[in-house]
Amino acid sequence: MSVVTSYARALAVREGRAQPVATVRHLHLAADPLVFIPLRLAGEAAAPLGAMVGSHPARPHLLVVPQPRNRDLRFAFMAELARIMLPYIEGRAAATETVPGKNERERYLDAPQVIVPGRGAVEFVRLLGRSTRFRSADGPYPVDPAVPVLGQWLTFLYERTEFAGSSALVPMTEALSLHWATGQSPMEDANLATLLAWICPPPGHTGQEAAAAAEDPVRWPPAGPDTDPGFDARVLRPAIDAYDASGSPEPVREALRGQLEPTWRLMWQAVELLRGRPEAASVGDRWAADRDRYTREVARVAEGGPPRGRRDQAGSAAARLWDMESARQSYDAQRAYDDPLVMAEHRATGKAFAGEVVHVDRERTILLPGGKKPVSRPLVTVRTADPVRLAPGKKVFSAHRRRQSGEVIELDGDLVVVQLNDQLAKGAGVPGVGDAVCFTELDLGGRIRPGFPAAEETPWTHGGPPAAYVPTDEDAKEDWS
Amino acid sequence: MSTSTERLDALRGGAAPVDHNARTVAALAGNPGCDRRAVLDAAGISKRDTAVHLGHPAPFGQSPFALARARSFEELVKADRCAHLLRLLREALGLPIPAIAYLDIPQAGGQATRELRHARTRKELRQAAESAVRDGSGDGTLVDHPLFTLPVAGHEVYLDPAVLAVQAGSRFHIVEIKSFAVIDGAADSAQVAAASRLSAVYVYALKAMFAAEGIDPGLVSHEVVLVCPKDFANHPTATLLDVRLQLAALRRQLSRLTRIDRILDRLPPDLTFSLEQSPAELARAVRAAEARYAPECLSTCEMAYFCRSDARECGSLEVLGRVTRDDLGGLDSVDAVLDLAADDRRTASEHDEIAEQLRHVHAIYRAHTAAEAVVA
Repeated sequence: MSVVTSYARALAVREGRAQPVATVRHLHLAADPLVFIPLRLAGEAAAPLGAMVGSHPARPHLLVVPQPRNRDLRFAFMAELARIMLPYIEGRAAATETVPGKNERERYLDAPQVIVPGRGAVEFVRLLGRSTRFRSADGPYPVDPAVPVLGQWLTFLYERTEFAGSSALVPMTEALSLHWATGQSPMEDANLATLLAWICPPPGHTGQEAAAAAEDPVRWPPAGPDTDPGFDARVLRPAIDAYDASGSPEPVREALRGQLEPTWRLMWQAVELLRGRPEAASVGDRWAADRDRYTREVARVAEGGPPRGRRDQAGSAAARLWDMESARQSYDAQRAYDDPLVMAEHRATGKAFAGEVVHVDRERTILLPGGKKPVSRPLVTVRTADPVRLAPGKKVFSAHRRRQSGEVIELDGDLVVVQLNDQLAKGAGVPGVGDAVCFTELDLGGRIRPGFPAAEETPWTHGGPPAAYVPTDEDAKEDWS
Repeated sequence: MSTSTERLDALRGGAAPVDHNARTVAALAGNPGCDRRAVLDAAGISKRDTAVHLGHPAPFGQSPFALARARSFEELVKADRCAHLLRLLREALGLPIPAIAYLDIPQAGGQATRELRHARTRKELRQAAESAVRDGSGDGTLVDHPLFTLPVAGHEVYLDPAVLAVQAGSRFHIVEIKSFAVIDGAADSAQVAAASRLSAVYVYALKAMFAAEGIDPGLVSHEVVLVCPKDFANHPTATLLDVRLQLAALRRQLSRLTRIDRILDRLPPDLTFSLEQSPAELARAVRAAEARYAPECLSTCEMAYFCRSDARECGSLEVLGRVTRDDLGGLDSVDAVLDLAADDRRTASEHDEIAEQLRHVHAIYRAHTAAEAVVA
């Protein structure tokens, strides 16, 4: 997958601590992100057991469900969660900016950022969203009106994670793995405690020793959503039994506090670690995409838009897939453009090369096919030590002057001749002899999405126009047992 | 056979043998090159107790809540002589079952030994198969708590599945009851994959049993009936799961498993894994059987933490995961990788291609991290 990461992993073993695989931070980090650590009852699909949530390290909110099999207590938990999360999420909708251009629009200057421990919690956010967004405040099984709204927002946050480079809902282990390579396997990196032990081992200990100590579930409880089976048997079950007998939620509360607090501290330690890295150049653009989506969702929810259906319809699914692919392409390219260590991977595999300009032919002009007037197409000769695997005729882009494209003309030993095709006004875009340059085939993408047919024009090949989704009482009273 | 059985008994020492189950067979097939696991499993040695004695206990365990949930769901599905299940088989899957004979093996056998239960399973299924072949379709048979055997690495192991075998028309299906939820028609892919691997073991065992009885193994369907709770409720729903792929993988890997005799031949004749010896002696004994550690073992094998510690000790690249091992194809230790990367003399070796990439990465990496160190 990546020689750079694999090399850094080997180096981490020898050095006894994690090694950087990025020189800059590739995700947006809010000044006050909402850290959310949800726990669920083992064996259940989406029965919340408790959560620690908050946007200030010193002020965590602890929420528990003293008897997770009791459906009323689950909804009470969701209502309490909504009282903490909704003000945070909806409160980002304050000042706006005007985005100029063909599609001129207003956009909020801020958006919510929720940070969870890992992939398991992201999946749990999806299930919590799915199990609450169809609920109704009236009808057969009424719930607190905030619950379905929270369900819509959790669904929104989850769906953002499907787009590469979004920072709306961040699994912390993956955010850290993007920046550090440890001396353990990616599978073990999914454990937040061992991952951090490798990144910042305590003085006098190697990462390996620290990670081995961090594997003890008693000292470092799992970051959820699943709890340690030993904890379930020895601590949680008696605590739940005590609630059933006495009606006091305190034993469950104290048990879960002990499970959540260590992870809470690790999460904020990780936030500070990431904050210490300078932000990459393209992070602002990607965060703007998150803000765009957030702005649209605020408007949709305010208009009383229905919750997302259980399944996508053909047209919206095709558009979403296009957006996802486009986001992935831009994200991969942007990270390489922003970060020499990421670009190193592409250089090692021959998809990019860096070097020094040894010769420039500024005045060269050619006649384009069908053209009448010769146009300027300067030639730049680069000396590189990289193993170039780009054939003549290959379209390349300059890593230093974004969106300037060119074409490989000739390869001769360690010399590569590149013809520059655009951004040449008054010769400004032509590098000089001795300049360090880098060219790559990675395309930043960002093209306008082609038009997909509207829902009512869905072709018969895709099932024809879908029936409009109308939430029913059936959805609202779905069992959650 | 008897000699290898004696040797395996000797390896186990005085302890009672533990049972194989579909999970251990599936895991064994997932790592067929591991001699250590093959020997320990074939001898019926408790890997859990061994790992504890070695000082590397595996933090495996199931939450009492998960167990309770699995049990209550299974009870629900099987209640009233599988009334729920029959409805699902008829309605959801359209299986042609007009009437059905429900046979419960343990109930019939009382405190039956495994041999008796296995014989009973064989007899009932043979009769069902014969009548199915004779009549074309006719009434179905549902066998609860069947007991299968399966030859693994030349050694016969019993499989005690928490499943049923159902005959519908002339086909036999394995029915697996799992308590993970199917939400909006989709379940957690890792859990479905695990369930398919387990079911494939049962399908394989049933086919083997039919073949041994002289019945066409083709009567056993490669489609398994998976019964799970639907959405967030407790109502069961059934899906047909095609396990042809898992079956093919299992067949290939079981046949590739080095026959246990051949592994035993390589081991010292007086070797024993008895827990009577000191941890250091046991560790030496266990190391005599070669392991093939990969991080995936951590979730499937109780010995994994011991093997990982050994692999780390010798600087093996395996501890960094499959992706890294593949990236650095051909190299097997951390030192080999870093020495090759730092080797400016470009010593010729069989790893020229990866060496060139590593030297390149090393140079770029050093330039950038050094620059950063200056800034910091």
